[in-house]
Amino acid sequence: MITAPELEIAVLVLGIVILMFEAFTKNIDKRFLAFAGITGLTTVLVASFFVAPGRPPDQAIGFWSFYTADPLSMFFKQFALLTTILVLVMMIDYAPVVRRSFPGPTAQAGLGEFFAVPIFTCAGLMYMASAIDFIFIFVSLELVTISFYVLVSFTRRNPATLEAGVKYLVLSALSTAFFVYGITWLFGATGETNLQRIAAALTNPSIEHGAALFGMVLVLVALGFKIAAVPFQIWVPDVYQGAPTPVTAYLSVGSKAAGFVVLLRVLQLFPTLPQMQRLMVLVALLTLIYGNLAALPQTNLKRLLAYSSIAHAGYLLIGVACFDGPAVTFYLAAYLLMTLLSFAVLVIVAQQTGEEIADFDGLAKRSPFLAFAMLIGMVSLAGVPFTAGFLGKFFIFNAAVAQGQIALIVVGVITVGCGFYYYLKVVRAMYWQSVAKTEQIPVSGLSRIAISALIVATIWLGVYPQPILDALKR
Amino acid sequence: MVLFIIFCPIVAAALIIAGLPARKTALAASVLTLATTLFLLGSFQQGQRDFQHVTSFAISPEWHLSFTTGLDGLSFVMVLLAAIVTLAAVWFTGGIDKYENAFYACLLLISGGAIGAFASIDLFFFYAFHELALIPTFLLIGIWGSGNRVAAAWKITIYLAIGSFILLIGLILLYQSVPVASRSFDIRALQATAAAGQISAEAQRHIYLLLLIGFGILVSLFPFHTWAPEAYAAAPMPAAMLHAGVLKKFGLYGLLRLAIPLLPEGARHWTSLLLVLLLGNIIYVGLVTIAQKRLDWMLGYSSVMHMGYIFLGIAGASVLGATGAVILMFAHGLSIALLFAIAGELRKRTDTLLFAELGGLGKLMPFAGLAFGLGAFAAIGLPGFANFAGEIMIFFGAFKNGWEMERFHIFQIATVLALWGVVISAVYMLRAYRKTFMGTLHERFRSWKEFVDLRTDLRVPVALLVGTLICYGFFPQSFVRMIAPGFRTYLSASKQP
Repeated sequence: MITAPELEIAVLVLGIVILMFEAFTKNIDKRFLAFAGITGLTTVLVASFFVAPGRPPDQAIGFWSFYTADPLSMFFKQFALLTTILVLVMMIDYAPVVRRSFPGPTAQAGLGEFFAVPIFTCAGLMYMASAIDFIFIFVSLELVTISFYVLVSFTRRNPATLEAGVKYLVLSALSTAFFVYGITWLFGATGETNLQRIAAALTNPSIEHGAALFGMVLVLVALGFKIAAVPFQIWVPDVYQGAPTPVTAYLSVGSKAAGFVVLLRVLQLFPTLPQMQRLMVLVALLTLIYGNLAALPQTNLKRLLAYSSIAHAGYLLIGVACFDGPAVTFYLAAYLLMTLLSFAVLVIVAQQTGEEIADFDGLAKRSPFLAFAMLIGMVSLAGVPFTAGFLGKFFIFNAAVAQGQIALIVVGVITVGCGFYYYLKVVRAMYWQSVAKTEQIPVSGLSRIAISALIVATIWLGVYPQPILDALKR
Repeated sequence: MVLFIIFCPIVAAALIIAGLPARKTALAASVLTLATTLFLLGSFQQGQRDFQHVTSFAISPEWHLSFTTGLDGLSFVMVLLAAIVTLAAVWFTGGIDKYENAFYACLLLISGGAIGAFASIDLFFFYAFHELALIPTFLLIGIWGSGNRVAAAWKITIYLAIGSFILLIGLILLYQSVPVASRSFDIRALQATAAAGQISAEAQRHIYLLLLIGFGILVSLFPFHTWAPEAYAAAPMPAAMLHAGVLKKFGLYGLLRLAIPLLPEGARHWTSLLLVLLLGNIIYVGLVTIAQKRLDWMLGYSSVMHMGYIFLGIAGASVLGATGAVILMFAHGLSIALLFAIAGELRKRTDTLLFAELGGLGKLMPFAGLAFGLGAFAAIGLPGFANFAGEIMIFFGAFKNGWEMERFHIFQIATVLALWGVVISAVYMLRAYRKTFMGTLHERFRSWKEFVDLRTDLRVPVALLVGTLICYGFFPQSFVRMIAPGFRTYLSASKQP
């Protein structure tokens, strides 16, 4: 029987093997490395369905006191693996762009690292899903963040990418500092770093609750940076626009999901602090309003998706503020599908024309398949029924109604209206606008399979959500 | 069978996208849908109030969610309307200059969505099927629209998106307002729960208001009506026929389906608000309609105005009024579809619908003139058309409403005011008819040689629409026997037709 930690070890070994293989062989097509990575990660993904359940967290000691294998963590491990596989598929399509803007002596210089680093990020994301100790959360968070430093600024001949890399580095380091400082305050107040034991210690009335609260707020600041919540969202548009497109997709799905799983773990253990809920409601409101309003006038699709990522953080935060873990998880799963679908199309189309929305004009004529895929991605992001995005919003609003959070509901409904405008702008470009160029856009076989699978999954989850709901209860 | 009616248009749309000949497939699918509906009509057991032909697939036991379809009298009338108007709209489609496949696919998707919404017993799918029409409408107006299509497409899409999310909140609140053990999205289960008095009066008031605003936006209840005329004027005419004729009835259907059985206390509480708003539809929008200078805008506003009568039938809460509302929904759907179809044919020939640039066309296209005249008479509510049957039942039902109020109550005032709506609609419809088809031929057309009447085959959909209107105008009782039993359980028994 497989145990959960073996999955991460397998992923790490896979990453190291691919790096070593790249270093000691010459004259291979580097895309082979990406195929190897995809195959390896798929194997791990399949293996993850046969993992023996870990111990319940309340009686955990030793290794299991900072690592858990509960259904939530298993779900997010699979989530991270699936995301990484799809990102690698996108990276293969993106390879020509990397070759153009990466300095190096040979034709395929740098591609090996470009395909190997995401595997380490994936390991970090998987550890984060299981982390129930602040120290372990911090270590896995750093594994993720540092590999993202490399990935974000990978195509470093491009000034916009360099700018993105520097911004990400500086602000990310700052948020890490906040995180560590928060942990020290919590440790100082309670003498514990394990989430379960901190919660237990907080029930003791002799503890300095003010100090613990302050520490929590600092931790939330750092997590807010990860999930792109207002007012820690300033980095998002520039970094998303400047980074290589597959990395942007990875950031907006993987990094955000990891942030939310930690947020869920941290918050679920503090139902005793009502101030936290009020704070989360306020942050959710600001995030919804800022993300949606700022997305309205965007003309660059990548930047639009950046603001949309902030907006979706807002809907997710509604679920967090209402303490509805399953709703947040389902929304994240839906968000994974529709965001990666949109980015997968963007990667292909952007190489032919560009990243502006206007570059999508007449896509329906040039490639009906890509246009249909983008249509499904956009209507799902907007929240049209029979797509996963609608059910996500449905569960989120259900949680908000159950908690009677009127402000969140009102703002949520209005911002959904904004969303329809800016997502349908893309649909409008693809279907209404007259065609500037008429040559077909080629789609590689692997991408075609991945995109078709994402379309089917988006609609399937929108009609039949039960598999995800069951997975969370396993 | 019901599943076949829902999915026949949707599958046909997919096949058309996949490359089958568009017009033939679309016509075949809509004829097949109508034929199946008529077959079901033959086997429909009248006088029963339960759903018939029920099929159910569980989706999520945890959320009590299942894909359940079935028909009772109320939903049957709506499905019949949708099937007839779909056939007429597909038949009237012609002269599509680009993406012909996508046009037919969009039409069929709207139709399938509407039928699915009417035939769903599960609230989730009831809602979701209606939304299936949202994107096709956006594309239809955006790609093939005329005039100010861009603004119109945005306006209708965003209005309807926000309206339906308000509706969604209302439905979620309804779902949560019953005790956890009896929560369900199944309308029959909810009716049982409501009959046991498990939905508190306060919750009913909140839910009803949300549903009224949500459905109201979808039906173009005053003051949420401004999207409708603009969108219908800009839309290609088959889309306007389907949207004004069928899809818009979804909101009214929803109120009849949900508010009457589940939220009687909410309905009572918000009666005066609803009366004020519906008088806004009838009187204010009616006067606005008179002032219109273009035929398509006039028709758009008139369809908004007629929604006021139907709301009056719903607000009255009597079996007579509610039944009349359903009949008027059916009749209005057919008559407005006919009028939009003729207006579309006119626009194809003249490139304008300004009254000032039309006139005397009856001489050139006598059949179109006859068809428009019949449609206009029906819309005014002349006896002999089903519209008359619906309106008269609504007025009687509202005057002697189901709330058992004192004499000279607001309903009598509202009914007397609403009666003037008939005069208003006679004014604008007859004026439009005179300015378009009567009088001297406009000088623009005098030199035109090849001005032809409707194609001969288009007489089939016209005959279908007019024939149905007259048929049910003389025999509304066959509808009453289907519809009324469903309402008798919930509305006051003393006011039966």
